[in-house]
Amino acid sequence: MRYLPMTQPDREAMLAVIGAATIDDLFVDVPEAARLDGPVRELPMHASEMAVERHMSALAKKNLTAGEAPFFLGCGAYKHHVPASVDHLIQRGEFLTAYTPYQPEIAQGTLQMLFEFQTQVARLLGTDVANASMYDGSTACWEAIVMARRITKRGKAILSSGLHPHYVSVANTMAKFTGDVLDTTAPELVADMDLDQLIAKIDDDTSCVVVQYPDILGRIADLRPLADACHAKKALLIAVVTEPVALGAITSPGEMDADIVVGEGQSLGVGLQFGGPYVGLFGCKDKYVRQMPGRLCGETVDADGRRGFVLTLSTREQHIRREKATSNICTNSGLCALAFSIHMTLLGEAGLRQLAEVNHAGAVSAAQRLSQIPGVELVNDSFFNEFTLKLPTEARPVVRTLADRGILAGVSLGRLYPGEDALANGLVVAVTETTTAEDVETLASALQEILA
Amino acid sequence: MSINQSGWRPTAPEANTGGVPASVTGNKALMLEEALIFEIGDTHTTGVDFEFLPGTGRGTIRRMVEGAVRERAVLGKPPSTSCAGPPPRAGEDRLAGLSRTAPIGLPGLSEPETVRHYTRLSRQNYGIDLGFFPLGSCTMKHNPRLNEKMARLPGFSDVHPLQPVDTVQGALEVIHQLAHWLVTLTGMTSVAMSPKAGAHGELCGILAIRAALEAKGEGARKIILVPESAHGTNPATAAFAGYSVEDIPATAEGRVDTAALKARLGPDVAGVMITNPNTCGLFERDMREISDAVHAAGGFVYCDGANFNAIVGRVRPGDLGIDAMHINLHKTFSTPHGGGGPGSGPVVFSEALTPYAPLPFVENRDGQFVLVEEETAGEHHAGSFGRMVAFHGQMGMFTRALTYILSHGADGLRQVSEDAVLNANYILRSLDDTLDAPFGPSGPCMHEALFSDSGLAAGFSTIDIAKGLIDEGFHPMTMYFPLVVHGAMLVEPTETESKAALDQFIAALRSVAERAKAGDPSLKTAPHFAPRARLDETLAARKPVLVWKDPAPLAQAAE
Repeated sequence: MRYLPMTQPDREAMLAVIGAATIDDLFVDVPEAARLDGPVRELPMHASEMAVERHMSALAKKNLTAGEAPFFLGCGAYKHHVPASVDHLIQRGEFLTAYTPYQPEIAQGTLQMLFEFQTQVARLLGTDVANASMYDGSTACWEAIVMARRITKRGKAILSSGLHPHYVSVANTMAKFTGDVLDTTAPELVADMDLDQLIAKIDDDTSCVVVQYPDILGRIADLRPLADACHAKKALLIAVVTEPVALGAITSPGEMDADIVVGEGQSLGVGLQFGGPYVGLFGCKDKYVRQMPGRLCGETVDADGRRGFVLTLSTREQHIRREKATSNICTNSGLCALAFSIHMTLLGEAGLRQLAEVNHAGAVSAAQRLSQIPGVELVNDSFFNEFTLKLPTEARPVVRTLADRGILAGVSLGRLYPGEDALANGLVVAVTETTTAEDVETLASALQEILA
Repeated sequence: MSINQSGWRPTAPEANTGGVPASVTGNKALMLEEALIFEIGDTHTTGVDFEFLPGTGRGTIRRMVEGAVRERAVLGKPPSTSCAGPPPRAGEDRLAGLSRTAPIGLPGLSEPETVRHYTRLSRQNYGIDLGFFPLGSCTMKHNPRLNEKMARLPGFSDVHPLQPVDTVQGALEVIHQLAHWLVTLTGMTSVAMSPKAGAHGELCGILAIRAALEAKGEGARKIILVPESAHGTNPATAAFAGYSVEDIPATAEGRVDTAALKARLGPDVAGVMITNPNTCGLFERDMREISDAVHAAGGFVYCDGANFNAIVGRVRPGDLGIDAMHINLHKTFSTPHGGGGPGSGPVVFSEALTPYAPLPFVENRDGQFVLVEEETAGEHHAGSFGRMVAFHGQMGMFTRALTYILSHGADGLRQVSEDAVLNANYILRSLDDTLDAPFGPSGPCMHEALFSDSGLAAGFSTIDIAKGLIDEGFHPMTMYFPLVVHGAMLVEPTETESKAALDQFIAALRSVAERAKAGDPSLKTAPHFAPRARLDETLAARKPVLVWKDPAPLAQAAE
């Protein structure tokens, strides 16, 4: 077997050193009844590299890829162009096959990268600090809610109706067990986010308000009044960013005084990957750093006085604090954080702003074109690279019909909010730098034809 | 005498009489220092070209369209001349008046500078590709590159999680095939694929247990029993899920004290979390008996599957009576650790817990693969405790793990655990004359060998041995874990090491251990040959510097 270097004479020589007659003698502590006498019967035997490649390629071919079709899906996962050097660099064995940097003297590569990543993320989100990544945006969002409870010692969180429904669903699942009270509502197909409604709900039991920016329908709102209202009641404002490229064009939540900003970093470097692995972003104000979940990398010096980096504040973490830890998280999303960081370094501020400009310009023209179709209305007043259309009919079957024609038209709100009849005609359309004008025209004509 | 007029001659080394000079750069030949991107980049540089002229409104879209036309024309399609409409003019954007005004402070590098920056950083890392990485409980085995190649097939890597299910049948089939392997290898009933890592899998298992108890009207059970030797994630997970944690003592031979555990069972105990094989590297012989006792007392058994590599293909945890177990695909099934993730932690369930497993999951209905989510769960999975994560889990890890599993097959996986256990026992018995092996007399170990710091010279500890190993070219073993052994050194070789590699490691560890026993002071300052000497972790925690701050401007600094 190609992954096993041991030879039969090696095995015999080693058994002799151990003083065991056979391999079975090493499994003597496994009760007889639980020992299998041979390979698991229902499963196939080993296969050559060529055979496995054939098998996997056949499965891959059964999917319609984003690159093969006019493609307009977003809602928490975006198709962006990832420069070729990103994937080359993350496949360097010293990054790919390293472990968590618990031995800092021989892990400065990972550690310096994490320090750079933390700084890039903090600057992008507008927070003082950021951690070394979380699993993804949805779990980062829940961790932020729990962190707000630890800080405020209050158990009620108000979730904006514009928060991604999967993020709401994750929070609902966890809250059932932790006893946190969540105030949630489904969104309405209206032009603007209703921050006043959120503000009216804040009371003395509120630990935090969670608001997505831009929200699930693509809408953008100034968060400052909401932050002020939260702080007036000593509650925290948590902002969730699922499209970090947007922050190249619009003011960051941290600049608008959000206390904790979390996000999904998939847009930069990571790719669609059918939903994972992605990379959770997590930043906050300095004063809350010791309540943060997840790993943190910090600067220090070595015995010779040279600058170096280590994992730090680990007294918050499970391997030291066990049941008193701020979170049970151990593994993070290191390699995706690396991809994010490399992509961000290639872009730089100038590139990120240009990328955001291209995205927004494309979305504006696509919104104009699509809303010219008879019966189709643009819901949003504001948006970045994603907006919601209201169709004259249920959007879900329309999306399926368009998929049959090789067009991936967007995310129907019927898929995201099954059973919410008022949302059934909603279609969320994302436009990025990968979308061509021809793609938009293809979608527009097909949509017009289907709706006629 | 020179060979030509340039003065060239073949080199011939001369004896060094002048000592070793320090380099002005701080570099040492192949070992290159690298500054931070904030020190070498600036906010005007970008390593990415765009298909438009920056800063111009109308030109933006025209160039995009031209770019698109070019591309399509190359592909042989008729070029489209239609324009998607006029772009926003200045002041006509749709950004709600929130356009960025302040600078962000993100440095950019050109592509060659970027490639060099990260290549240089990578060379300051140790990885499995470079050498032996015997971190106990982490299963640092070879990461096959076929896995990487398969995960990058566009059919897997370039697919959106919310595409209509008819367009992602192959992706769903991957999840379904991997699920089938995991259920069959463990002898369990079902598997939840969505947990993002091991600790997330633990949470999944514990939430299913709690949901099952609540469904039976037994929500009053508030205690989870966890052995002292457990991974820190176990008690942290139980606490996160709202349980109180109580320790179970260990026997002198390093196993769970079955009698003490049984004595503690009662109507307040929700379940136990047991790692098997345990973190002392031993198989819990009484696992079946423990499971039966816990079930008889109305509780459930969670098994931490971090050490599944020791038994894969030889023992099915389902035969030991457990109810839930997470499987770290980044350990047993060779997906890369990536410097700390991403992982993937599917959880297998017994029949009793299956109705409570989380959403979503994939079902095969007459050859059509269906994603069961909130919408349809009510039909036949109404007991589910809900969703743990956006979308469907770590697809990129599923493709890698399935590729690995198909490569090994049932026979290869059995050989994996055999060689992993053989290698660990070889290390244990080759070194137990030099290092204290507290549970050596308990019999064979499983896939990891445990030593203590007993017998080292005064003032010397496990960390000195670890740092000494770095100088010998190895990644150290896990240190100070499990907590039940003083100065623990947990060595997990995995099956992908050759005997020659093990022999070299054994010789190195023997030498370093002997130096520690003899009180060699040079070991206290090791490593001497690494990119950095020992780092000041105390300073890092006392005055945390977690982000880079621009140095004060010169004028200001001078004041």
